[in-house]
Amino acid sequence: MNRINQLFQEKKNNILSIYYTAGFPELSDTVRIAKALELAGADMLEIGFPYSDPVADGPVIQASSKKSLDAGMDLKLLFEQLKTLRQEVSIPVLLMGYVNPLLQYGVENFCKSCVEVGVDGLIVPDLPMVEYEEFYQNIFEQYGISNVFLVTPQTTVERIHKIDSLTNGFIYMVSSSATTGKNLQLSQNTEDYFSRIAALPLKNPKMIGFGINGKAAFDKACQYANGAIIGTAFVSSLEKDSSSTGIAEFMKAFTA
Amino acid sequence: MNYFVNDKGYYGDFGGAYIPEMLYPNVEELRQNYLAKINEPDFQKEFHQLLKDYVGRPSPLYLAKRLSKKYGANIFLKREDLNHTGAHKINNTIGQILLAERLGKTRIIAETGAGQHGVATATVCALRGLECVVYMGEIDIERQAPNVARMKMLGAKVVPATSGSKTLKDATNEAMRDWVNNPVDTHYIIGSVVGPHPYPDMVSVFQSVISEETKKQLLEQTGSDQPDYVLACVGGGSNAMGMFYHFINDEGVQLIAVEAAGKGVGSGHSAATTALGKEGVLHGSRSILMQTTDGQVVEPFSISAGLDYPGIGPQHAHLFKTLRAKYVSITDEESLDAGLLCTQMEGIIPAIESAHALAYLEKMDFKGNENVVVCLSGRGDKDMDTYMKYFGL
Repeated sequence: MNRINQLFQEKKNNILSIYYTAGFPELSDTVRIAKALELAGADMLEIGFPYSDPVADGPVIQASSKKSLDAGMDLKLLFEQLKTLRQEVSIPVLLMGYVNPLLQYGVENFCKSCVEVGVDGLIVPDLPMVEYEEFYQNIFEQYGISNVFLVTPQTTVERIHKIDSLTNGFIYMVSSSATTGKNLQLSQNTEDYFSRIAALPLKNPKMIGFGINGKAAFDKACQYANGAIIGTAFVSSLEKDSSSTGIAEFMKAFTA
Repeated sequence: MNYFVNDKGYYGDFGGAYIPEMLYPNVEELRQNYLAKINEPDFQKEFHQLLKDYVGRPSPLYLAKRLSKKYGANIFLKREDLNHTGAHKINNTIGQILLAERLGKTRIIAETGAGQHGVATATVCALRGLECVVYMGEIDIERQAPNVARMKMLGAKVVPATSGSKTLKDATNEAMRDWVNNPVDTHYIIGSVVGPHPYPDMVSVFQSVISEETKKQLLEQTGSDQPDYVLACVGGGSNAMGMFYHFINDEGVQLIAVEAAGKGVGSGHSAATTALGKEGVLHGSRSILMQTTDGQVVEPFSISAGLDYPGIGPQHAHLFKTLRAKYVSITDEESLDAGLLCTQMEGIIPAIESAHALAYLEKMDFKGNENVVVCLSGRGDKDMDTYMKYFGL
């Protein structure tokens, strides 16, 4: 069983997943930060592979991607860096990024590299469900890589069920229709959306992400889903202090 | 061979809708409705009425006698430069604003390179009383100041795109981010035949009026609606697609798409996508784009802001791959020289974009009596600074 499924079997609530950009703030930081996050209490990691034109991202993650690319990050280097991942880190790790670098690397090649370094899943926001089903699902399943899809407040119930049938890791609930890093506004509409999805009989666990900027938003999200994902807030904190102490300090607010 | 979109939103290997889930409901709403709405009689009536009375269509097909004599062929210029707002871009914005209204949208966003599409969008928003936000690369804002002023006077908010190369690609990213953040009330008027399906098809349908008129005008003027050559410049490719559209299935007509070589195809400062690009995904569709081996999009370069784009529309990628159209490129200098030549021989100052298409006439070998149509996609008023600087006028 892959580590993602195992995590959700063992832990049902308050799952804390952290997103950060590979090769940021320093090119060689990728595995060091993963290790520090596990030590500081993260349950799961999403490592972003940077792309030049990230249309779903706000300014903070855009800037971290650009810095990483400028320093020389690419997928080949990332997989090279991740060769030591499983000597240091035991929690589930997903890669997150845009479809074009994935296509240029080759989808099968990518899945093979994921298996070699111990990556468990993939989140590709601009990979359409139809294309996934037609061309790539077999490859992902053959290598045991979970593919995670996003749902938003506007996603229809019918489509959520379809997504639930195609994925085998978790469902990524985007807190509101927004790019990353817009602070979650807890309106009645948002809570209605969270409740609506929580009530659906889905086979996959659910994680809420986008705009989870602090403990209050994290706790609120955890009332409706198995856990939540923190991205922009953590990347901002890395900008200020990327030391292990700095990371532990950031994490304390969520794990206390 | 089918050169047009299939029911899955693809042109051969190209097209599709590679978009994050946040954009799915909007794009799906368009996909389900665009053909039915466009084909409704009241839409067609209003669209054609506005093209006639507001845009000033049909645009003339002008036999450029002195250029014809110089090149030894009959050179016809399709005068899109005479449209209201000065370029072909308004054909599409008129169509999309009517569609946006019928979908109940109240806020319009757009990206722009040279500013022509931004002006065309701001114009139709003023015409219909809708809020308008235009994203434009910071560098383009500098080099196309008159168009920025026009947009502001028309009531649009012009937002600089400060990421990446600060040109058209980045303006498009910002517009897509705006749409992600405003999924309910906003319609995104994409200005070229790029983007997720159904945009490439929708925009080409609105622009196809160019070739529809050209065929009628050719028949009247030459006795045949089949020219030997049809030329147009290609950034994303909307004037070219409009110019090619009704000729695509006429296999005897040679279609020539002229890309911007910038300082030269091998110079590292170029926007010649088919020469330098590979298959990949950009701005929501699978096409050909300039990229690194890692799949990062390469910053393009062209003196012409409207051609300064690292991709081409998916239908162009298909016409290129199937060899239905020939893709060539012209450098900055060649285009400026052609712009001056057209100005001094025909009294028409072309946009630098359109001057790329004119410049390719120099490289063609004519036997004597061929009929050649060049899409003069826009006028050069906006480029006066560049022309003045280059020629020391």
